[in-house]
Amino acid sequence: MLSVPVETQILFAGILFFLGMIGLLVRRNLVFMLMSIEIMFNSAGLVFIIAARHWNQPDGQVMFIFILSVTAVEVAIGLALILQVYHHFKTLDVDAIHKLKDE
Amino acid sequence: MEVFFYIAAVIAIISTIMAISGRNAIHSLLFLILSLLAISVVFYLLDAPFIAALEVIIYAGAIMVLFIFVTMMLNIGLEEKQEKSWINPRMWIIPSILASILLVDLLLALKNMPTVVVGKQVILPKQVGISLFSTYLLAVEIAAILLMAGVIGAYHLGSQKKKVLHRFLEKK
Repeated sequence: MLSVPVETQILFAGILFFLGMIGLLVRRNLVFMLMSIEIMFNSAGLVFIIAARHWNQPDGQVMFIFILSVTAVEVAIGLALILQVYHHFKTLDVDAIHKLKDE
Repeated sequence: MEVFFYIAAVIAIISTIMAISGRNAIHSLLFLILSLLAISVVFYLLDAPFIAALEVIIYAGAIMVLFIFVTMMLNIGLEEKQEKSWINPRMWIIPSILASILLVDLLLALKNMPTVVVGKQVILPKQVGISLFSTYLLAVEIAAILLMAGVIGAYHLGSQKKKVLHRFLEKK
């Protein structure tokens, strides 16, 4: 039986979430930003699993499955958008992509 | 058992740091896969073996393979100048010292909190499935609609304009 205190587990999830947030804020490459969003989603799911174990209910794991499906859709759409952006601008730098309208 | 948790947690954190600070996209993706595998070990230790399997199959398998394919299609190897200047320590050393002081503060505050102990047992996939298809049936259908929209959206966004080889072949 694992007897790590639940605070430590939540802290682990929080550290992962903030690492993802730092990555999202610092990196300017679109692929890296999408990866950081993945890390944040994953740590949110980790919190649900921790809560499911803490309260001994299956609902947290159900929520993790929903998070998983949302993440899959988000990655598919995001990568398709990244491909389109790369074909248009020939770069993945978000600072270079400031034109909304093509001429 | 606790040792395994701490080892997996430390591996996950270190490989996540490597993933977000790397220059090469493929190397970062490999570190991210390592991080996901470590988190899956944590899930297993948290009495969720089904979720651990899903994490390996869907996250580390499907989603990361998608990432790697796109990275290989785009052939990214170049680095930006602005990011290079941000990796310079002078920019982030003071905020990170302050943030780590806050983290220590939080740790000390958490240490003095009383811990609630509830009887723990493994939540079986059967319970998850019953809950998923009874209580959350509507949410499952909404997720199905979302996946459908995702498939159509990705197909629409991913399709490229047809290249015309010669102007005589161009359709008016």
